[in-house]
Amino acid sequence: MDPLRIVVAKPGLDGHDRGAKVVARALRDAGHEVIYTGLRRTPEEIIRIVEDEDASILGLSSLSGAHGFLFPRVCELLRESGLNDIVVFGGGIIPQADRPELFSAGVRAIFGPGTPTEEFLHFLNEVKKRRIANEPVGVGVSDGWHWR
Amino acid sequence: MSKLDLVNEAAKGSRRALARLLTHIQQGDQESIDSVLSATSVQSIGITGPPGVGKSCLTDCLAKFFADRGERVGVLCIDPSSPISGGSLLGDRMRMEQSGVDDRIYIRSVATRNSHGSIPLRLKAMISALSISGMDRILVETVGVGQTEIGIVSMTDSVLLVDGPDRGDIIQAEKAGLLELADVVVVNKGDLPGSEQAAANIRSGLALGPASNVPVLVVSALNRIGINELVGALDEIQPRPSVEIVKCRHRLSSAIIDEVVSKKSFDVAVTDLAEGRISIEQAIERVFQE
Repeated sequence: MDPLRIVVAKPGLDGHDRGAKVVARALRDAGHEVIYTGLRRTPEEIIRIVEDEDASILGLSSLSGAHGFLFPRVCELLRESGLNDIVVFGGGIIPQADRPELFSAGVRAIFGPGTPTEEFLHFLNEVKKRRIANEPVGVGVSDGWHWR
Repeated sequence: MSKLDLVNEAAKGSRRALARLLTHIQQGDQESIDSVLSATSVQSIGITGPPGVGKSCLTDCLAKFFADRGERVGVLCIDPSSPISGGSLLGDRMRMEQSGVDDRIYIRSVATRNSHGSIPLRLKAMISALSISGMDRILVETVGVGQTEIGIVSMTDSVLLVDGPDRGDIIQAEKAGLLELADVVVVNKGDLPGSEQAAANIRSGLALGPASNVPVLVVSALNRIGINELVGALDEIQPRPSVEIVKCRHRLSSAIIDEVVSKKSFDVAVTDLAEGRISIEQAIERVFQE
């Protein structure tokens, strides 16, 4: 089986990447190819990286409180660029109250601190199943489905 | 989009088509590989050296420099795959802060996957795909290498060897290997103490051999010092007939290895071997039987 290509990105002015690195490492150990962007990327840079790397999954990490702007902006730019099949998940410090809005913007899962690493591997399995069953999971089509 | 359409779209400058084409090539799709073989080759530079000397940072600098003078630049950044899980953490982009948003630069992270060594299978075809997509120059950054990993020499037109200060005493520069095959040598991190001394050691190591006129420069990719001079040296690389036979030997042997490990019988033989059902001799026989 060919590995998934997954971009793990740090959008905006946020210097905390311990979580992003743990996620990247866990995905690597599960046999995937993880492209880590490094810190302080603009949404435009992240779209460019997803496109050039032919990635199919994008993880966004934010601990700065700006997720409410950055995550939807990235989703919007992905759709504008025609990258509708990309599956977006998020992580970091994302209060419960903010999550419904992010889900409706196109984010399919949000993982906070303390999430066991198996959890996002289960999520990726579910993504795979939905893709095979031709159920919407990319950022371009919304049917309201999100993880947990 | 059909695979042939991908090549045509990539040739017209579509980044997405190029990205998908590279994916197919790396997966070993023969139709895609064949479709790029006709590419006229574009000047390609391999950037190699030990881990941690600043290859990614310098690659970033060079890509930006070439782009600023109007060239379209294709960059392949190689990182190792885990031999256990097959996964890979591709982190070169972390250091590539200048090139990330330049429309003239295309960057692709490439994992070594199931290759025999530090050069991914089908790298040559990936370089051809960049050529066919209208790049004027191609940079290939290798994994961090030791003294004998000279595979990149067979893949690119020229090789830039990056070293750092404080990499050992003069005897390191006397040892045979990669250093003899480099077209240009730089000591990066030139802002740190010891870099001029390191360059002097390398120069004296090269002085008595056939590579005595290979330029050895001190640069700082971080502070963008010496990049002009480095590009000047890269522009003036002369072909070295004595290296040609080495290049061809590696090109041929890596092509043979590519072919062998791509066979289905290879994977079967590996499994049988691991489970103790056959000997190494029997495994070899089976692989070549197919």
